[in-house]
Order: sequence, then C-alpha cells, then structure tokens
Amino acid sequence: MSDEVPDELRYLESHEWIRVDDAAGTVGITAFAQDELGDVVFVELPNVGDTVAQEDQFGVIESIKAVSDLYAPVSGTITAINENLFDQPELVNDDPYGDGWMIELELADASELDALLDASAYAEQIA
Amino acid sequence: MSYDQARWRRDDAPVYEPLLHEKGERTVRPADRDVPLPDELVRDELTLPGVSEPELARHYTRLSQMTYGVDSGPYPLGSCTMKYNPKHTERIAALPDALVHPDRPDEHRQGVLEIYVRLQEYLARIGGMADVTLQPPAGAAGEFTGIRIAAAYHADNGDDDRDEILVTDTAHGTNFASAALAGYDVVELPSGEDGRVNLEALRAAASPRTAALMLTNPNTLGLFEREIEPIASIVHDVGGLLYYDGANLNALLGRARPGDMGFDLMHYNVHKTFATPHGGGGPGAGPVGVCERLVPYLPAPHVRRDGDVVETYAPPNTIGKVHGYEGNWLVLLKAFAYIERLGDAGLLDTSAMAVLNANYLGTTVDLEIPYEPYHHEFVASAGDRDAAELAKRMLDYGVHPPTTKWPDIVSEALMTEPTESERQATLDQLARAFNAAAADDDETVAAAPHRTSARRIDQVAAARDVRLSWQALTGE
Repeated sequence: MSDEVPDELRYLESHEWIRVDDAAGTVGITAFAQDELGDVVFVELPNVGDTVAQEDQFGVIESIKAVSDLYAPVSGTITAINENLFDQPELVNDDPYGDGWMIELELADASELDALLDASAYAEQIA
Repeated sequence: MSYDQARWRRDDAPVYEPLLHEKGERTVRPADRDVPLPDELVRDELTLPGVSEPELARHYTRLSQMTYGVDSGPYPLGSCTMKYNPKHTERIAALPDALVHPDRPDEHRQGVLEIYVRLQEYLARIGGMADVTLQPPAGAAGEFTGIRIAAAYHADNGDDDRDEILVTDTAHGTNFASAALAGYDVVELPSGEDGRVNLEALRAAASPRTAALMLTNPNTLGLFEREIEPIASIVHDVGGLLYYDGANLNALLGRARPGDMGFDLMHYNVHKTFATPHGGGGPGAGPVGVCERLVPYLPAPHVRRDGDVVETYAPPNTIGKVHGYEGNWLVLLKAFAYIERLGDAGLLDTSAMAVLNANYLGTTVDLEIPYEPYHHEFVASAGDRDAAELAKRMLDYGVHPPTTKWPDIVSEALMTEPTESERQATLDQLARAFNAAAADDDETVAAAPHRTSARRIDQVAAARDVRLSWQALTGE
C-alpha cells in the first residue's frame, strides 16, 4: 500500500499528486507521504476562490510525528476543498488517492504539468 | 459502571477510576426559596455524587497515586525546570493575611503593593533590567507582552517597516507562537555546527525589517551563547531589540545578567526559576523586565514607590492591560517568599547546583550527548532507538522521563534537566533508569510502560479529537 504510485497521476518531489481531467485538477499527498508522516491529526486547507502558483504552499498537514507544508503541483484557482478532512483527517491515511484528496483547482496553465514527475520517475525517487 | 475482576468498567472498557457520581448518586430536593428566578432556571431535583467519606477519600487518594509529580520523585523534564516547590512558600501563600481583595484602594493594601514593588526590584536586579511588570499570567504571556512592548516602541519611533522577529531553530516553540500572535512574520535562524547562534546567518537575516531577536541563554541544548556581545551588536546595529527568553535563567541565576549581555527586555518564568507550581495551565506568572527606554510602555496598572507609600499608576505609553489587576498575586507571593528565603547566597547556590547536577548526571548516562559543554541541562541522543519509547520505558524504573524529540538538531533527543533540587543518590537513580532502559530489548521498550496505572494512551485519538473543556457523560 505504502508504495502505490498510480500511473495516471503526476507528482511533485515533495510528494503531492495531481489528477487532471480537462482543465480541472485534484490534489492530494501520496501513499508514501502519508506512511512517512504516520497518523494524520490535522489538515489546514485554503479557501475556495484562492489562487495558488506552482510549488506555492497551499496548506499544512500535521501528524503525530511532524507538521509539513503542502505544495501546489500547478498554478490555479481553488474550486473545492475536502471539508471531510477537518473532522476525519485519517482519510488521508486510509485512502490517500481517493477520499483523502485535499483540493480541486482550475488549472491556469496546463503546460506546467510537463514539469511534474510521472509515475515511474516518482516511484524511482521513493525507491 | 460495573466492578469486575478488581477493575471498574464503563460499558465494556476498563476504567482506572470512575467519576465520583458513577460510584454513587443521590437526589436532593432543594427547600423552598425566596429568590425569584426565571422558571427555566429552576430545578426541583438535583442529582449529586452520593458517596461515603471513605469512598471520597479513596477516590482522591487513588487519583493522586495514578499521577506523578515532583513530590513523587525526580522529574528531569528539560527546559521546564521542574524544581521542587517548597512547602514554606505554600504556607505563606495560605496565610489569611494574604487574602486581600485587589479592588481595595491602594492605601488599604500597602503590604501587598510593598511585596509587589520589592519583587519588581529583586527581579530587575537579577535580570539587569530597569523595571519589571508582574502582570503577565504565564511565560508565553510574558513573551507576548514583551513583543507587544517592542512593537509599541518601534511604532512610537515611526519605525513602521519592522515586521519580522528572528528566532533560532533551537528556540522554545512559544517564541514562534508569541511573535506570530503579536502580528509578526517569524524568520528562523539555522544554528551553527556548534549548536549556537550562527553569526553569519544572523547577519544575513538582520535588516531594517527586524523588530527583535528572541534568544534564550544558555540555549535549549544547555550551551552558553559565547558570542552574545556580537549577537547584540548585530541586532542593535539594524535598530532591532534583543529579547531574552527567561526559560533557562536557572542556569545563570546570580551569576550573569541578561541586561549586562545587551538584552533589552526579557521574561521570567517564576514557575521555573523561582519554584512556584507549574500549575497545569494556570494560574501562573511571567513577569517581564525592560531596559530604561522601554519602561514607559509597561502594562497598566504598574506599581511604583512614591516616597513612603507604594502606588499603582498607568505608565505614559502603556500597551494597556494583559491580565487582571497587577498579576496573579498568590503565585507572585510564592516567588517573593522563595527569593526572600534563599537570599543572595541561596540563589547563587541554586544556579551552581543546577549546573553541577546536570553535568554529574550527564557523565553517568551511557548515551551520546552531542553538544557540550552544557550548563543546567543536556540533550542526549537515543541513537537508533525511538526517544519517546525509551522515555516510556523509563517510567517503569520509577522516574519521570526527560523531554523527548526536541530540539530537532539532536536526533531522537532526550532533553534532561535534573534541577538543583535533587541530591546525588537521586541523580544516580535517574542515571540507572536511563541506562537500564537503553539496555532493554526492543520488544520490551516498544510495549512500555508495563508498570504504570495507565499504559499506552491513544495519542492519535487525543490529537484528532481534542477536547479543551469538560464534557459531561450523557449518563445513558
């Protein structure tokens, strides 16, 4: 589980993933990242309507071991946040690529995706 | 609630000690009252705990046995200075004469004000400061007060561009929080290889945006900041103020003064240096000392001598109130009684014994201590063990463990401060606990503690489901 790296996603070296559907992207952290963090106890997310630039901090994640910043894989405008994480931060541990998603955003520039790691490059980074 | 196999159970879960009303309840019907109350506030029946006197005595004795305090044994929690709270100071604070309502006019409470002004004078002398406010109710509240004073000072000088506070990476977490709460951006300075302030990093970070540098000395590794004079110059040259975090003052008490090192303002943790109870959240006291140019900004009311009398007044540029009245009187009274009891010679002994005890313990612990020479505390590394688990194992050896996993620059840190209260035999007991825990096998350590009332508590649930106030059981 902790080394699962889905082929269809793109990755940042700082362990965020993005799933792109046309101009909409969904962002979370990888199975490897949640495993390294341990039990997640708190997630701080931006407001809908906020804009972020590529590799800007968009939030904070806190586990019983550490507090880490969350970075945006691409630039864009936040269109949704996963409010379930406020009450159930454990969703990040239980289902990092599904119910543990963090933000949805509208991509400002799809060409930024080219700078991200593909699944094999990310898998190599965490190997 | 049921009692099964010598253990209380709530539903199906074992309970260490039930709540009092779970042991027994009785219903009372209040007598008729003449006090007019709205109907929705009137209750015809009240359900109260109903237990016999022995049950009551056993309940509280059991609770006290389940916990661990400095009255139970050594408590070497690093940076917290868990020194013994002398019963002498408790007795003084319990005197009926100490019960003086703060709303009485100044001329009716000259005794209280005299003690306040003398405590201000003592603390000013100990810190090398011009004046001291006793008002802040805790160390962190003292930090916040100090940073607000710095902000008011800069604002008065038309210095509106100062929006940064510099903090070292070994600083107490409260420094970051106090600076942020006071509205500043926090700039973290990486330590040098020797664990002290890196002058190059400080020079690079200091600028006309610097409002202050917050520093503790000795730092949290127990290391004295030898370059304190150049550090002060760098901060002062850009117009910033130098703030002393008094958490580690116990190491220097009577021997070196922050004011003489160039610090402009500081707080004192009376529950550390002056042996008042840590209090578990309050009431506490975190007096703040300031140099001459910051005196006009002290919180109001402030206390001063005026000829033969002592009076309260509002300093001309006061930042206002940070707590009720002049401060938490009974806590401050205990600190005053402690200083009076020890006197100059006793305070000098305090810092000497605190440093000697830490160094003796450090030499008898078989773990690596990467940064030396240390003063009142040392940070040992648990090496390839998990520091928190090793600490839990130490509980089985009958001592309180040190602070764990901090500061970050020591891997698997065990931050240890025995304080001056312990004698050699107790330090040897502590060392045996360290060394025995470190020698135990991984399996034993990973399941520790084995011998405490409560074993592994659910830290994840505690962090995820934070309850900050009392909540009644539903009784269903």
